Amino acid sequence: MRYLPHTPEDIAAMLAVVGVGSLEELFGSIPADCRHVGELQLPRALTEWELVDHLQELSRRMAVSPKYTLFLGAGSYDHHIPAAIPYLLSRSEFVTSYTPYQPEMSQGTLQAIYEYQTLTARLLGMEIANASLYDGATALAEGLLMAVRITRRNRVAISTSIHPFYRQVVRAYFKPTGHELSEIPVDATGRTDIAALDQIEDLAAIALQTPNFFGCIEDLKVFAGLARKKETLLVAAFTEPLAFGLFKNPGSQGADIVCGEGQSLGLPRSLGGPALGMFASKMKYMRSMPGRLAGKTIDQNGKSGFVLTLSTREQHIRREKATSNICTNNSLCALNAAMFMAALGGTGMRKLARLNYDKSEYLKKGLRRAGFQTAFAGPTFNEFVVKAPEGFSETYHRLLDQKIIAGLALEPFYPRLRNHYLMCATETRTRQELDRLINEVSL
Amino acid sequence: MNEPLGATGLILNEPLLWEKSKKGRIGYSLPRPDVEKSSIDETLLGDGPDFPDLSEIDVVRHYTRLSQWNFGVDAGMYPLGSCTMKYNPKVHEKLAQLNGFENAHPLLPAHLVQGALQLMFELQNFLAEITGLDAVSLQPSAGAQGELTGMLMLSAFHKKKGRPRLKILVPDTAHGTNPASAVLCGFQPIPIPSNDRGILSPGRVSDLMDEDTAGIMVTNPNTLGLFEENIKAIAQIVHAKGGQVYCDGANLNAVMGIVHMGDLGVDVMHLNLHKTFSAPHGGGGPGCGPVCVKRHLAPFLPIPQIIKTDRGYDRSDDFPDSIGKLHAFWGNFGVMIKAYCYILSMGPDFLKKASQLAVLNANYVKESLRGVFNLAYDQPCMHECVFSDKLQKNFGVTTLDIAKRLMDYGFHPPTIYFPMIVSGALMIEPTETESLETIDEFISACKSIAEEAADSPEKLKQAPVRCKLKRLDETAAARRPCLAG
Repeated sequence: MRYLPHTPEDIAAMLAVVGVGSLEELFGSIPADCRHVGELQLPRALTEWELVDHLQELSRRMAVSPKYTLFLGAGSYDHHIPAAIPYLLSRSEFVTSYTPYQPEMSQGTLQAIYEYQTLTARLLGMEIANASLYDGATALAEGLLMAVRITRRNRVAISTSIHPFYRQVVRAYFKPTGHELSEIPVDATGRTDIAALDQIEDLAAIALQTPNFFGCIEDLKVFAGLARKKETLLVAAFTEPLAFGLFKNPGSQGADIVCGEGQSLGLPRSLGGPALGMFASKMKYMRSMPGRLAGKTIDQNGKSGFVLTLSTREQHIRREKATSNICTNNSLCALNAAMFMAALGGTGMRKLARLNYDKSEYLKKGLRRAGFQTAFAGPTFNEFVVKAPEGFSETYHRLLDQKIIAGLALEPFYPRLRNHYLMCATETRTRQELDRLINEVSL
Repeated sequence: MNEPLGATGLILNEPLLWEKSKKGRIGYSLPRPDVEKSSIDETLLGDGPDFPDLSEIDVVRHYTRLSQWNFGVDAGMYPLGSCTMKYNPKVHEKLAQLNGFENAHPLLPAHLVQGALQLMFELQNFLAEITGLDAVSLQPSAGAQGELTGMLMLSAFHKKKGRPRLKILVPDTAHGTNPASAVLCGFQPIPIPSNDRGILSPGRVSDLMDEDTAGIMVTNPNTLGLFEENIKAIAQIVHAKGGQVYCDGANLNAVMGIVHMGDLGVDVMHLNLHKTFSAPHGGGGPGCGPVCVKRHLAPFLPIPQIIKTDRGYDRSDDFPDSIGKLHAFWGNFGVMIKAYCYILSMGPDFLKKASQLAVLNANYVKESLRGVFNLAYDQPCMHECVFSDKLQKNFGVTTLDIAKRLMDYGFHPPTIYFPMIVSGALMIEPTETESLETIDEFISACKSIAEEAADSPEKLKQAPVRCKLKRLDETAAARRPCLAG
């Protein structure tokens, strides 16, 4: 077996040093009635070539581009990934290392995390960001738990325009804690109905997503004002951070904690994971933050370098008193996003974001001409909700047969949104593809 | 080769990203705009992010240079205890990047992602077989989230029985994530001291276990690298009071094909695919922490679950007792692919062999370093062994000094100062993928360091001298935090 370097002679020599007669004898400390009798019932070992054939066969039974054309976003976005990024990201010094507990041997990872934290803070308009969490949904759950810790209140208002799966994750995290979740409805513009918050007091946080699940840009500033008045925190979630290349970021509008999904920043969709939980806050909440943090320091010669810091918040020091149980970040995913942000730069990010907006508006206008209604009046970025003409579900299935995924049906998530579809067009959809969809649904 | 592994060579300095920026550069090939510009509400516009502007070669050199300041398993031995830093097969990286996997959208209907569903379904079955448990969810993103999932399930299980429980037993050898995960679920962790042999005594569990206690969290083999010999008796005590047995599977690499945890009374267990099943650690994630359970806990597993029907594989959310979702989508699918590939490449025989050799390597290190460092618990170990700095303290040398000096010899240090019940712990996990020659080199480095500790302790105090930087000031970093540039 190519991954096991021991020869029979090596094994014999090592057993002699240990002082046992066989490999089986090494397990003498396991009581006989605890040992498994018989072989594992697993397929026999494959050669490398058999393995490759098998995985290729499985991967062919997946609907992906270029065979399929997707107008599907909803928390997972198709963007061009420069070839240099996967190439750099595959460097084994990054891939095969672990959490940088030993900073002298891990300066590459540490400086990269520090840079990621900086770029994240700048993108979101916040003072500090952590080294990342698992995904956008768990980042939101952690953000709300952080707000509960800071305010010492246990009620949270969460907009129904937050991704339905994110709300499900928040509910799972909250279930055994006794914290209360109040869901806030949306108004006719597709944005969170601020009036619904009038009657709710003693809040730890008001949580909104922007662009929200319907693609609409929320007016965070108004909610930040309300949060100040109610002496609570504004938690801003996101699934499409590219939007902040064009629109105002959450920090500039007064958000206290910003958390969301960074897949859009150069990570492949990979069926939704690995993903990237981005997490940022105001400086004053630093010590309540969950997750790893890299900080700048100096070595014994006064040269600057980086270490993991403020670990007294964390489980390996604080155990049951930690701010979270999280042990790692999603380091390689954070590195991936940092590379993407570095490659795009400020100028590129702006242009790419604008292109997303223009493609999506082009599709929106085309679908309107084809008899679809824009369901919500609020401004959008690269996805939007349409109400389809009656009978569209047949067309949807006909298009599926033609390998076109014409958006996401919203009824399973919002029963009152029957015949509503969430459509997404990023820079990867060509005009030809957009026109084809518009023509097909016009028939 | 007679020279030590650790050497110095040319590495290059590299500034921070934004120190290289020049306005107007770009490292990205922007798509040609093929639609007209649409009007936009100017009041919504922001300034755009204050990112550095770099060309492609700037970005490539930047990250290439950074990577050269790092140490990974591909560079050398990384005997970080409890982390199972085994070799990560290269073909798995390539297979996880197949177009059909990498470009799959998570919300595609089931009939369009049959390949991925089959892979996950089969991986669940493989893990059930390896643990001797009945049902599996692959959704948790890391070991710590697997623990949280397990605790959420115990909370839901007791609630369903009509009697929520408030406490949970956690041994003093447990990872810090155990009590932290338990607290997130509203449980109060009750510490149980291990006995003078480093394992749990049934008597102590019996003293603490009552009907307000949800169960026990056991790491087996434990963090001292010892098999919990009394696990069956302990499980009986816990079950007799209506409790459940949670097993932290961080150390499964010692017992694949040798122990079926399900046969020992374990009800729920998490695994770390990035440890035992060879997915790379990525500098600290992404990982994958599946949860395996006995049949009676299966209704509480996270949703969605994969079901097999006559027409193939499907997703189902129809599990009313489920604890819900712990990830927006399926979990870390990219990591699952690598674990699936690993199990298929190894097959039943080599998986067992891997555990045997992992245990052989650890015992060989333990015997070879006996007397060089102080052995915390002198008995046969599993896949890792724990020493301390007791002997070196006589010369004013600590575990930290030993760890830093190992870097100069070309090795990543072991896990240090953990488990906390051993003062100055050095926890060594060689893993099965290190050869006899490499391990001998490591042992000889440790012996040289022990000699230096006695003869010239200042060499250890000054270490490392062959890394890019000298020892870093962690206290200053925490006192005046600088977290962004």
